[in-house]
Amino acid sequence: MRRDLRWKLATIAVVIGVGVWFTFPLGQRMNLGLDLQGGMHLVLEVEAEKAVDSTTDRLAVEVTEGLAKLGIAGLEVRKVARDQLVVKLPEAGRADAVTEAMKAFASLVPGGAKGGTELTYKLDDQHVKRIMENAVDQALETIRNRVDQFGVAEPTIQRQGARNIVVQLPGIKDAERAIQLIGKTARLEFHLIDEQHSVDEALKGKVPEGSEVLYERKVNKQTGEVSRIPLLLKKQVLLTGDALTNAEVRIGSQFNEPYVSIEFDREGARRFERITTENVGKRLAIVLDNTVYSAPVIRERISGGQAQITGSFTVEEARDLAIVLRAGALPAPVRIEYESIVGPSLGQDSIRQGLTAGLIGSIIVVLFMLVYYRLSGLVANVALALNILLLLAGLGYFHATLTLPGIAGIVLTLGMAVDANVLIFERIREEARLGKPPRAAIDAGFARAWSAILDGNVTTLIAAAMLFQFGTGPIKGFAVTLSLGLLANLFTAVFVCKFIFDSAIAFRPIQRVSI
Amino acid sequence: MEIIRPGINLDFVGKMKLFAVISAALVALSFLLIVVRGFNYGIDFAGGSLLQLHFQKGMTVDQVRDTLRTINLAESEIQRSESDGDFIVRIPSSDEPLEQIRQQIVGAFQQAAGEQGVELRRAEQVGPKVGRDLSRKALLAVIWSALGILVYIWWRFGFRMEFALAVVLADIHDVLLTLGLFALTGKEVTLTVLAAVLTVAGYSVNDSIVVLDRIRENLRGRPRDPLDRVVNASLNETLSRTFLTGGSVLFTLIALMLFGGDVLRDFALALLVGVIAGTYSSIFVVAPIVLYWPWTVSRRVGQRPQPSKTPPARTR
Repeated sequence: MRRDLRWKLATIAVVIGVGVWFTFPLGQRMNLGLDLQGGMHLVLEVEAEKAVDSTTDRLAVEVTEGLAKLGIAGLEVRKVARDQLVVKLPEAGRADAVTEAMKAFASLVPGGAKGGTELTYKLDDQHVKRIMENAVDQALETIRNRVDQFGVAEPTIQRQGARNIVVQLPGIKDAERAIQLIGKTARLEFHLIDEQHSVDEALKGKVPEGSEVLYERKVNKQTGEVSRIPLLLKKQVLLTGDALTNAEVRIGSQFNEPYVSIEFDREGARRFERITTENVGKRLAIVLDNTVYSAPVIRERISGGQAQITGSFTVEEARDLAIVLRAGALPAPVRIEYESIVGPSLGQDSIRQGLTAGLIGSIIVVLFMLVYYRLSGLVANVALALNILLLLAGLGYFHATLTLPGIAGIVLTLGMAVDANVLIFERIREEARLGKPPRAAIDAGFARAWSAILDGNVTTLIAAAMLFQFGTGPIKGFAVTLSLGLLANLFTAVFVCKFIFDSAIAFRPIQRVSI
Repeated sequence: MEIIRPGINLDFVGKMKLFAVISAALVALSFLLIVVRGFNYGIDFAGGSLLQLHFQKGMTVDQVRDTLRTINLAESEIQRSESDGDFIVRIPSSDEPLEQIRQQIVGAFQQAAGEQGVELRRAEQVGPKVGRDLSRKALLAVIWSALGILVYIWWRFGFRMEFALAVVLADIHDVLLTLGLFALTGKEVTLTVLAAVLTVAGYSVNDSIVVLDRIRENLRGRPRDPLDRVVNASLNETLSRTFLTGGSVLFTLIALMLFGGDVLRDFALALLVGVIAGTYSSIFVVAPIVLYWPWTVSRRVGQRPQPSKTPPARTR
């Protein structure tokens, strides 16, 4: 008997030790959820099919260049659908040569039987799938880069499902700016301005073939007013941001205006030099995500692979632009599907309210048990305290995140935890009323109550597991605290309480149980 | 101390038919309310935007609405938080990009109250796709947990269907009553409320099990007694526990409701209703099913209640 108790004591001591170890210091062990510490939670959807579009666009250019080597005059390559392009021949006779040359483009397969002077090519399905898959992966990587450079403590950036990305930025102050930074596609392109046609004509609907209207955003420094100036651009993309190696914020010496200095890689520098050489005197538009930042006149050939993006920036905007350019463009635009922003002050209120409710709830329960069951109630309260300790330790061990519903889960655990003790104590009372001596009554009480306690806890665990499986952030937090509370409850309310009763009796035989 | 005196012997079984009718009526009413009135789904399910704004200077609901009118959102639902005077603005789902809606609203209020005059304390925006996804998941969670519990009880209670059925029907009773209240009051059904409802499901089962556990035990321990007497005794024997646990959970829930803040209030309310319903159903739903399950008695040959032993109420 005594040896049995000694073993139990050792077990309990170890459990308490481990519990204390994982619980304290509370601040370090516990992650506060975004709803408690403030922060931002985003779910982005990558519009991966747009990456297919841009691949087809790029292939159209490559095919044009590849077929140019055949020396067929009047050959035309056109994108006709998301994953389709058509090669138009001046005469049917050269079809064989083109078909042969097209074999160099492995991702394109002949499709559609138009025949004659038009040959249709389609991206093969495997390839399309890979492009979309890569787009999501790459977007994830790019967003991670941007967030890292932005400088946020402990960000979480994860892929979710086929095309979603979850971004969690705890404690972020300027959510608006972070969203701008994350959500920007940041596709940088250089276009020539179409100077043969007038913008006004184009605005009336007569947009010349091969050109498009985009707007330049200008901010009036004095009034802060934003104006949009239409510009007519040639559709052809001369150079993209893919060729960048670096981007930095500089302050202009003349007006103290911030601008972004960019640097091209070798190939990019070469192309940029060629573009500037061939187009001296023309205007080159710098376009980011379909907005023209500036369209300066090319004064002379620019070698060395450096350029500047000026525009109406604040220093912050320029800094963020440099970040997104360095981190690279997203392979496809992203759309915000879910957004949750919690300010830090609200989080603090929530913590305070949760703690108040928890404290008051537990005081009521503790007093109630003490009044109703006297000494036994005290034992139950010891078990209750241990239950909370183990629950916190469990949260600490799993590095679980404490959310507002999680706090509610702890409070609820308090209420439900005493159920096991109530079951046991009522049973002991019953057995004692039947005239059993204290030892026997206690043993019978625990033994008989066990099946109901077990079944009750297991079924609630089943419900909690389903909550965890299908819930999101805060709800998961609730499911975790509830489950941990119930598991700890089996140990504290049954094992620990039984031990205290047994050792009390072994220590000093009693006539009547204080219950 | 004792609240329920030991040896109490209330005639539950005698009133069982009455309570069975009441329970059925309540369930039917809740079901009707849910079907006819439907739920006021929160943005987690319906999609849309919720913004909680804090103003330096006091604003009235009308002023807030006027400001929203400048961006054509005057039809939004505006609510003033009781605890801190913040304004909560709800906007239904639309095709506009989420960040644009938020920018517009915050921008409009910054113009009205000054850059520093307004603080965005919370923004929650859900695209329609996410809402649909969540509703599907919520439904799955409910179905799977009900199934899991059904199978577990069926197994633990010796593969006797009436026990498992009693638990699940009591469960459905409690969940429907809780949801019925939300349909009746038009209170918002959010993800947090759903979590509460699932917890109710778990708690209700726990409660029913205690009663069933005692019936199971007494069926073994008193092989000569008729079923109705066993059930009645079991209900009386567990009555004290039923009240005590229900009470202690109720106390903590009331604490949550009074002090837990806005977010937890509806959560606690759902649980409160569910726990009351659960306590009631563990007696008045579970017992009649075990009692009137047609196959129970015939399987327990020799224990069929004798007319002479049956309490008067059972023979009309």
